[in-house]
Amino acid sequence: MSDNYDIIIGLEVHVQLATKTKLFCRCSTKFGASPNTQTCPVCLGMPGSLPVMNREAFALGLKTACALNLNVPRFTKWDRKNYYYPDLPKGYQISQFDLPMSEDGYLWISDPKEQFEAKKVGIIRAHLEEDAGKSMHDEAAGKADTRIDLNRTGTPLLEIVSQPDMRSPLEAKAYLNELKLILTYLGVSDCNMQEGSLRVDANVNLHIKSDDPHKIATPIVEIKNMNSFRAVERALAYEAIRQYDEWQETGKTIKDAPKTTRGWDDQAQVTRPQREKEDSSDYRYFPDPDLAPVITTEEEVEAVQQALCELPMAIRERLHDGYGIPAYDADVIVNQGIVAVTYFEDLALKTGDAKMSSNWVQQDVLRVLKERDLEFDQFPITVERLSGLLKAIMNKEIDTTRAKDVFTQMLDSEKDAPAIMQEMGIEKVDDSELDNLVKEILLANPKAVEDLKNGVQKAVGALIGQAKKKNPNIDPGTFREKCLELVKDM
Amino acid sequence: MALYEASATQLLSQLESGEVTSVEVTKACLDRIRQHDGAVGAFLKVMDEKALAQAAEVDRKRKAGEELGLLAGVPVAVKDLLCTEGEVTTCASKMLKDFVPPYSSTVIKKLQAADAVIVGKTNMDEFAMGGSTENSALGKTRNPWNTDLVPGGSSGGAAACLAAQMVPLSIGTDTGGSIRQPASFCGVVGLKPTYGRVSRFGLIAFASSLDQIGPMARTAEDTALFLEAMSGHDPQDSTSANVPCPLFSKTVDQPLEGLRIGLVKEHFGEGLDGDVEKAVREAVSVYEKLGAKVVDISLPHNKYGIATYYIIAPSEASSNLARFDGAHYGHRCDEATMLEELQKEKDALVAAGDELGVKRMDTPLIRMYRQSRAEGFGPEVKRRIMLGTYTLSAGYYDAFYLKALKVRRLIREDYDKAFKTVDLIVGPTAPNPAFAAGSKTNDPLAMYLEDLYTVTANLAGIPAMSIPCGFTSGGLPVGLHMQAPALEEDRLLRAAYMFQKETDWHAKTPSL
Ligand SMILES: [Zn+2]
Repeated sequence: MSDNYDIIIGLEVHVQLATKTKLFCRCSTKFGASPNTQTCPVCLGMPGSLPVMNREAFALGLKTACALNLNVPRFTKWDRKNYYYPDLPKGYQISQFDLPMSEDGYLWISDPKEQFEAKKVGIIRAHLEEDAGKSMHDEAAGKADTRIDLNRTGTPLLEIVSQPDMRSPLEAKAYLNELKLILTYLGVSDCNMQEGSLRVDANVNLHIKSDDPHKIATPIVEIKNMNSFRAVERALAYEAIRQYDEWQETGKTIKDAPKTTRGWDDQAQVTRPQREKEDSSDYRYFPDPDLAPVITTEEEVEAVQQALCELPMAIRERLHDGYGIPAYDADVIVNQGIVAVTYFEDLALKTGDAKMSSNWVQQDVLRVLKERDLEFDQFPITVERLSGLLKAIMNKEIDTTRAKDVFTQMLDSEKDAPAIMQEMGIEKVDDSELDNLVKEILLANPKAVEDLKNGVQKAVGALIGQAKKKNPNIDPGTFREKCLELVKDM
Repeated sequence: MALYEASATQLLSQLESGEVTSVEVTKACLDRIRQHDGAVGAFLKVMDEKALAQAAEVDRKRKAGEELGLLAGVPVAVKDLLCTEGEVTTCASKMLKDFVPPYSSTVIKKLQAADAVIVGKTNMDEFAMGGSTENSALGKTRNPWNTDLVPGGSSGGAAACLAAQMVPLSIGTDTGGSIRQPASFCGVVGLKPTYGRVSRFGLIAFASSLDQIGPMARTAEDTALFLEAMSGHDPQDSTSANVPCPLFSKTVDQPLEGLRIGLVKEHFGEGLDGDVEKAVREAVSVYEKLGAKVVDISLPHNKYGIATYYIIAPSEASSNLARFDGAHYGHRCDEATMLEELQKEKDALVAAGDELGVKRMDTPLIRMYRQSRAEGFGPEVKRRIMLGTYTLSAGYYDAFYLKALKVRRLIREDYDKAFKTVDLIVGPTAPNPAFAAGSKTNDPLAMYLEDLYTVTANLAGIPAMSIPCGFTSGGLPVGLHMQAPALEEDRLLRAAYMFQKETDWHAKTPSL
């Protein structure tokens, strides 16, 4: 960030929709099959073949549009985007041009660490289109050879185009995180960036501050080839500095240069100029005469809205307001996905202590998932078992430190908390036993007693240590209370 | 009567009664092709063995009392742009000279289900672009009535093989008149169905919003039967009409009562051949004698039909034909030579110190596209691709393509209005009879005017039909053009049958 300029960022996200079959034929969309085994005359663009729209893909698009507060017009159509490329067998891509299936929505982003203020990011449109194939360049044997895999050709994509509303790489990342979270909650895409289910292009330029009342805007650059949200954040940060340097050097503004494309080199951590697709300036869009327009009634849209699942933003609020946990904690849990939310809610209801439940989920459960590289639904301790442990803590049958040991044991065992505690010899110390222990320790430490009488409270810490050696099962809190009580009478 | 002279309807009754076998009928047709196709050139490919095997199979089924399809054992010719699994399907283009589709079009499947015997693939204008079949890259087709003349186009081979009595049924396609004009030139019957009546799946597209597959035959009855066999909703074609398919063959012989015929004033003006006009007017009087009422009507936007058509059709074609790029199938230029030439060009530019020239050079991929397409497409196809690319380009789209779509709507509305007062619109199919081969090849505009009366039916999506209605003083057939409201093919067929009961123009045959 700099005081000299504002960064203006807009994002185009392509999401592969989680349909079983392609957008205009019945070929499988499964990832990872051997090349060109999931094709048919339609997705190969064979002469005479005709597309037939996949209703499921349209339904997933509709669901997403509703979740992103987009307007769904009654009438939408398909257009052909004409260009030549070997991974585009028809010589055109079926997409949506001037009448997309949804327009003019928004998404709220915020930062739990409050590095930026919560804001509404506008979404210009979300439209459906078919994916292209993959070109694989084989440079072996000194002869550059390109092989084409058309398995991906025709996979349904939803292109979500934001307004240029983001003002920092951090905001861009927050937008992507929130968008991905929503798509995941909706179940419309697996959002796997490695497999290409979610692809991001960023448009960025700077508004340079000057005394001139007219702001100075640098030429817009589209950044491609970013393989993670982290890469997006870094590429944007890099590009801002590069554009500022370039402007200082050349003085070129948006009026002097057209939009250019640069690719992110993750290894070198720089953006580099990219060769434009040939003839990219004119796609000669026109309505595809092979496909009928799609009519969506108001009732259909309403039904989709009614059936929409609870979205992350609403769940955060509900966890914060309803369970009284801090907004930051609610955010951490919601960002883990719906399984984490359900787990937390069940745990909070069973234990009756939302704060404690939230701490355990955020700290201990998430730590284990990270260490063991597991998804939330693979976490080995059920809510039932974990609530048993938490209840033991609440009943002061075990202190938190030792509870963590029990927790670790539970990960690789089917046993419940009480059973493991028993094995470890952990049991609640009864009142008279504790009284005797307190007396014994106090008698043995006259100096400490003197200190306590004089109000030096920290002296009790050493006493707890001695007591724990004698009986590891004592509850330190209770022991402290007892000490202070008895010292008063001494 | 020789077997090759018989109509499909007659053949079917002879086959059913056991008088003849399908193998005999098929052999008669194949003999006739062998004898005369050298002079006519209707076929790009004759599938003797497959046809005879298919015929034998139908004979076996018939003998065994198995259920048979609508066209059981009848020989059929197919225009060479319907994908046929395992058979070369060329579109009469060098581009697809060796293209073997891995699937069959819906119509081919329907013919197979109807137990028809496919005897061969007929010649056409390359990618169905043309009105004389002279644009075929793979062969010349001549008019059986006079082999110095063209058969019309683009379904020229399809019409010529009917006129030459090589087959009783032949499939054509019609984008702006490509069934009806050759039917008129060759003195046979051709029907362009309502857009969506017949599935386009597997039809190699010229202009998707205008293309229709349709039946060609020598009689109204055969046409009705053939249309019935190929029609119907197809879930693989989103533009196919989801309506029940009438049994045309059951109603074709029912005369139309109180028929109101519309004559379009604009159709009898400048440019219409005198003999053609005379034959058409006489045909109209036949209907009058049968009790029809003749009404003068106006289709005010008809005059923009050709202009509109020659924007919409090339626009769609430029996109439809983009897939023929040499990358996946079809013709690809010789790469070694191409790369060598590219290197030579680069060396020359480098030697001349032309840095910008080097920078602007084709990549090998772009050169492969350019050269493969330059070699694979003929001049008319290139002309239309360029026209369409232009009319879709940024800055021209609104002035051309969008405007054409608006005029198209007006043309459709003219028809809607006209059909409130008349049942059929009748006139000449083409402004002239068949013309001499080579006489219009250097004048594309004159060739485009061949479609003057026919294109508007495609633009409006309505059914239209051409039937033989007389001859010129030079002995050439004249076609009567009839148009009906959408989905009213039944009306066209019944009107054609009424006419053929009163006249014998359709029974006239050329001497070969
Ligand atoms: Zn497919």
